[in-house]
Amino acid sequence: MSQEVKTVPLDAVHRSLGAQMVPFAGYSMPLHYGSIRAEHLAVRERAGLFDVSHMGEAMVNGPGAEGFLENLVTNEVAKLSPGRALYTVMCHADGGIVDDLLVYRDEERFMCVINAARHDADLDWMTDCLSGHDTGITDISAQTVLLAVQGPQAKGVVQSLCAGQDLESIRYYHHRPGEVAGVAARISRTGYTGEDGFELYVAVDDAERVWAAILEAGAPVGLVPAGLGARDTLRLEAGFRLYGQDIDETTDPLSAGLGWVVKPAKGRFMGSEALAKLAGAPPRSFIGLKLGPREIPRHGNPIYQGPRRVGEVTSGSFGFTVGSGLAMGYVEPESAALGTELRVQLRAEPLQWAEAPVVALPFYKRPAS
Amino acid sequence: MPDLSAYRFTKTHEWVRDDGQGEALVGITDNAQSQLGDVIFLDLPKVGATVGAGARFGAVESVKAASDLFSPIGGEVVAVNSDVTASPELVNQDPYGKGWLIRLRVEGDPPGDLLDSAEYDSFAKADSH
Repeated sequence: MSQEVKTVPLDAVHRSLGAQMVPFAGYSMPLHYGSIRAEHLAVRERAGLFDVSHMGEAMVNGPGAEGFLENLVTNEVAKLSPGRALYTVMCHADGGIVDDLLVYRDEERFMCVINAARHDADLDWMTDCLSGHDTGITDISAQTVLLAVQGPQAKGVVQSLCAGQDLESIRYYHHRPGEVAGVAARISRTGYTGEDGFELYVAVDDAERVWAAILEAGAPVGLVPAGLGARDTLRLEAGFRLYGQDIDETTDPLSAGLGWVVKPAKGRFMGSEALAKLAGAPPRSFIGLKLGPREIPRHGNPIYQGPRRVGEVTSGSFGFTVGSGLAMGYVEPESAALGTELRVQLRAEPLQWAEAPVVALPFYKRPAS
Repeated sequence: MPDLSAYRFTKTHEWVRDDGQGEALVGITDNAQSQLGDVIFLDLPKVGATVGAGARFGAVESVKAASDLFSPIGGEVVAVNSDVTASPELVNQDPYGKGWLIRLRVEGDPPGDLLDSAEYDSFAKADSH
C-alpha cells in the first residue's frame, strides 16, 4: 500500500538548509535541520521558525456561520469576538473527537485551522454537518502557508518585519490582519510550543519571501529553522495533546482532560448528549508522568500500578528543557491522583521498567516575563 | 570523514578499531547515528565486564528509538568513554573519533564476517529503507 507523499511549497528551501525530510500526514516535512535537541533549546532560549504549512485552513461564512460552528464545536463560538481565536474540539454524536482545531473570528466570517492528518476527514465531517445552516465552507489550505515563529525573541524578530504595527498589542489568542516583510499576513499570537510567539498565515506565493525575511531578521538573535522533531518535544513539555496520538475518534474530551473546552451551558451541539452522560465520571483520566533522565517512554508503553496494568502511554519522548523522559497517557481514574506512583514498561525485551509519579501538566511553564 | 581503513564493521552498524597491541575501540557508525537522530543517553557495560563477539553489550537511546548495541569482537571491557556518557551528542558529532563507546582487551580471534569500509557502505545503502 503506497501513500502518495505531497511536497510543501517550501520543500526546496528546507532541503537547501540541510533538512532531514520525513513523511508526516501525507507530506514530506522537515524533521530537523541538524539536531532536534539544538532546535528545541533554541526555541526555549531564543527563537525558532517552523513551516507548518501542511495544516489546513477553511473559511466559514454566510448568515448561518456562527450557528453552524456553535453546533459543530464544543467551545463557545457566540462569545468569540472578532480579532480573537479559540481552541476547541469537534465531536461525533458519541462524543469521540473528530479533531482539535483553532477557530478564528473575523468581522464577517470565521477560519478553522485543522490538523493535516485530518484534513479530508474534517472537511467531510463539516460538510455533513452543514445542512440547515445558511453557511458556506471554503478550503483555502492550498493557497495558504502557515509559519510559526516561537520563543522569547520571536516578537522582536517579527516586529522588525512589521514596521508601523504594534505587535505587543496583539494579546495571546488574538489576531490581526497586517503586513510582514511587505506582504499581507494574518498575524496571530498563538503557538504550539509553550513559548511566546506568532503564527503567520501568508499566501503561498509569498511564503519563500517571508521565510527568508524571518531567517535574516532573526539571525542576529540566534533564530534557527526548527522541524517537526523539536515541535513534538516542545509541545510534549507544554502538555499539548496531539491528534492521532493522545486524542482520536475513540477518545472523548472529558477523558482527555479537555473539559475546559466543552461548554454544556451553551445548549445542544454535536456530541453534547454523550458528553453529558460522561460528565462527572469519564471512563479514564489523562495524566502526565515524569521519568528519570535516562528513561524515554514511547507511545504504546503499558502503564502499571504495582502488578496491575492500569493504562498506556500515548505521547512519550525526552524533554530537553526539563531534562527527563516525559509521558502523557490514560489510566483508570483511581490511579490518576497527583503523586500516585506508577511504572511504565519501556521495553519488553529486555524487560525494562521506569518508576514515575503522576505529575501535573504542563511539565514546563515558560518563565513569567 | 576520518581514514576508515583500520576500521571493521558489523551488519548491526557498529565499528571496531584494533590498535594492533591487544586492545580495540568500539563505536557506532555514522549511518547509525544519522538514523537514530540525537542520542540522549547510552547504556554501557562496566569496566571488567566480558563481552562476546556478536553479543548485546548495551543500548543507545535517541528521541526516535532505542537500539541495542552488539559487540563486533569478544573481549574484556577496560574502559568506558566517560565523555559520551556526559555528552551523548558526541556520538552524533564524531561517531568514529570522540564518540567511541568502549575499549576492549581483545580475546579470541575476530569473527570472519566483519566488513571493511567499502563493504559496509554497500551493505548500508542496500539496507536503508
